[in-house]
Amino acid sequence: MCGIVGLFLKNKALEPELGTMLSDMLATMCDRGPDSAGFAVYGSGDSAHVKLTLRATAPGYDFAGLATRLSEEVGAPVTVEVRDSHGVFIVPEASEQAARRFIEDLDDDVTIVGSGTRMEIYKEVGRPDAVAKRFHLEKMSGSHGIAHTRMATESAVTTNGAHPFSTGRDQCLVHNGSLSNHNALRRQLKRHGLSFETDNDTEVAAGYLTWRISQGDSLGDALKHSLDDLDGFYTFVVGTEDGFGVLRDPIACKPAVMAETDDYVAFGSEYRALASLPGIEKAKVWEPTPATVYFWERH
Amino acid sequence: MPTIDLEVTSLREFNQMLHDLGEGTNDTHFRVVNPRGRHAIAAGVDADVTIEIDGNAGYYCAGMNKRANIIINGSAGVGVAENMMSGRVHVKGDASASAGATGCGGLLLIDGNASTRCGISARGIDIVVKGSVGHMSAFMAQAGSLVVLGDAGDALGDSLYEARLFVRGKVNSLGSDCIEKPLRQEHKEKLGKLLDDAGLAGEVDPSEFRRYGSARQLYHFHMDNLGAY
Repeated sequence: MCGIVGLFLKNKALEPELGTMLSDMLATMCDRGPDSAGFAVYGSGDSAHVKLTLRATAPGYDFAGLATRLSEEVGAPVTVEVRDSHGVFIVPEASEQAARRFIEDLDDDVTIVGSGTRMEIYKEVGRPDAVAKRFHLEKMSGSHGIAHTRMATESAVTTNGAHPFSTGRDQCLVHNGSLSNHNALRRQLKRHGLSFETDNDTEVAAGYLTWRISQGDSLGDALKHSLDDLDGFYTFVVGTEDGFGVLRDPIACKPAVMAETDDYVAFGSEYRALASLPGIEKAKVWEPTPATVYFWERH
Repeated sequence: MPTIDLEVTSLREFNQMLHDLGEGTNDTHFRVVNPRGRHAIAAGVDADVTIEIDGNAGYYCAGMNKRANIIINGSAGVGVAENMMSGRVHVKGDASASAGATGCGGLLLIDGNASTRCGISARGIDIVVKGSVGHMSAFMAQAGSLVVLGDAGDALGDSLYEARLFVRGKVNSLGSDCIEKPLRQEHKEKLGKLLDDAGLAGEVDPSEFRRYGSARQLYHFHMDNLGAY
């Protein structure tokens, strides 16, 4: 099954409420995906810095200590905001590659789950409402965010198998459905030099989009190509720095409903996820057409 | 007229209340507020009552309906009026996928659009959609009618049995074994009756529709295909 929610605010005055609205939406989708959850929030940021979201496996990992070591390594100030098992490191843009190399060479059990100017990604195993509380999603502000509740079908229930999957800078993917050709596609993508952490089908879809974009596709074109190359059921929501995109497979077995008002555009696997939004009674509510790429972006 | 607030009364309690209605009940008109997309609202009713739902309903609203007149003042999720036996279900907004799926009887009226697979495997239900329907509508439909005032998506009537399909607008493509058939006087009369039942008497001219039905090549055994068995 799985549940997806997404919220894109048109009205800047609502930005401090983003986390509250998104966590309410996420909580309604618990019974569509009770085993794990994750979300991406697009908050503050500036072009001189990059945010690296790191996840530590060991409880109580010393993120502050890592920030100090990282700062010494790159010779520039590095700050970190710790939220439970995740730490968001703010690194000067020019030092990103050095910081990445340093983190990847560490013996510590930490992984970079996402990076970007504004994107932060959090995911964990557990009931989605509990996961949202662990990270204090309700206190986060931002312009938009997407979230996912997972009912695992294609691979194990692990934090690495939880969504969103990063597909590039400020970009991530959540998926409701299951892909049938992910093993073959994973092998092909490995030949193109991509590496994979899990047996998860969505990680392959994320890798596929990353690869298409590296070949010069726009995100919209990469999504269009996935209609030809991905076999299976899917409703995808892709978070981008400016908003989010939606694509449903041509058969469209997996549900999707959208709502739009003057204040926001919202996505939910079911209408229940949208029922708590302000002004929903008067919102334009519709189902995205199958095999059609949609984007809602800030201008 | 009892008003049920689903933020106060649990859905299970409300549905049980409807299932417990005896013959000749004095409560013949229910109003439901705060549906908030909940699933299976007013499913399994078997009574001569009217139920008005103010807002958007979730999956399987009015499923298995028998006799009741159910009005949704909003949109409906997947499988509205699925397996309806009799009565009438009126969706004032749009309907999601599989509206009226496997329905055996009664009338499902949708003022807006219906999504994919509208009337899939229908077995006698009449469905009137004022807007358009998505792909694979009336897939394997066995009996009943699907009337679409707008357009139909791809593969209309795929593997169709004996359901009658009438579309006023454009049909993207016909599914396997579904063909256009002549709209004769008897069909216009049947269609006119359905439009009357849907409250469209005099508003819509039956002769503007095209009729589609089964070519009956797929579900009969053909000697030529013997080698395939």
